[in-house]
Amino acid sequence: MENLILIFISAILLNNIVLSYFLGICPFLGVSGKLESALGMGMAVTFVMTLATSISWLIYHEILLRFQIEFLQYVVFILVIASLVQIVEMFIRKFSPPLYQSLGIYLPLITSNCAILGIVLFMVAKHYRFHEAVTYGFSGGLGFFLVLLIMAGIREELAYADVPQVFRGAPLTLITAGLLALIFMGFQGLLGT
Amino acid sequence: MNNFIRGLWNQHPIFRQLLGMCPTLAVTTTAVNGLAMGGAVIFVLFFSTCVVSIIKSLIPAQVRIAVYTVIIATFVTIVDYFFKAYHPDISAALGPYLPLIIVNCIILGRCEAFASKNTVRASVTDALGMGVGFTWGLFVLSGIREFLGQGTLLNRQVLPAGFPVLGVMVSAAGAFLALGFLVALMNRIEQWKT
Repeated sequence: MENLILIFISAILLNNIVLSYFLGICPFLGVSGKLESALGMGMAVTFVMTLATSISWLIYHEILLRFQIEFLQYVVFILVIASLVQIVEMFIRKFSPPLYQSLGIYLPLITSNCAILGIVLFMVAKHYRFHEAVTYGFSGGLGFFLVLLIMAGIREELAYADVPQVFRGAPLTLITAGLLALIFMGFQGLLGT
Repeated sequence: MNNFIRGLWNQHPIFRQLLGMCPTLAVTTTAVNGLAMGGAVIFVLFFSTCVVSIIKSLIPAQVRIAVYTVIIATFVTIVDYFFKAYHPDISAALGPYLPLIIVNCIILGRCEAFASKNTVRASVTDALGMGVGFTWGLFVLSGIREFLGQGTLLNRQVLPAGFPVLGVMVSAAGAFLALGFLVALMNRIEQWKT
């Protein structure tokens, strides 16, 4: 249990997937302009990430390791993620049209979100057991969600600021993200190690 | 020729299109890592666009993205095993960012936007231009970060010993800051030209 709490906190605050591993930067820069779309994207990523880590864990340990075909892992993982996104999209469209309305357009984008493949690869590299892997996937998604929300909040305010022309758009967003990463570095002392 | 030049400046993948951000930010702590990543991307980009443009008429439109991704993943696996076998130190430094080339939007983007509509020759030239553009972008960014953060360049000491270095440039925050200022600088140069 202690172990799971440690994984949870460290994936959200200490080793945040966006700010210290630089994964999922494209959607981070792309959809963080509005709070509402950030909310939709964050929920979709958390959902798919949790599912992707659990299913990839099962496939990696039960099939790839058993038959010693680990060299296929990249191809298998990316196929799992792509088909998972497709299935989730169809499932939500059928059973919850309102949720589909809010998440729908973000789902296809997730296939090329490197945060998902990244967290699956980290999960394999860290030799987690099943329940740890699921916790890791879920908290990684929440970490992405949190940073996306903070960023969207800041950018909505920044839209009214008078910024030099060359810094408008991407440069300003990157520098804001840099300052945010500096703030998150402050959490390093949280666990005392 | 035009296909090649385009990736070097006007449609530069990092500074203009802001694609492939994850490796750009993550592996550019030292110039050597930046170059290795650039080389790996050139290899994967070259062969996957080549294969995609050869079999473009065979791929059903609905599943094309999945097909491209599988092709890319195959070449990334080759590069990954190459580095593991011949350059284990670089492989360790790049870590999971090497397999993450699979989801690098530059490669998928070139397959979808260019290689699926053009001849093999044009696609390959375009891929080389984009790859070289990406590599010089990585090299500049990693050179700046290595110089300011550790006082070295290509692992050689440049600043005199004891010179104060900015440790933050090697950290995650420094990557965002350095890239932010570089993109602003590119915008400025574009302004001067007009």
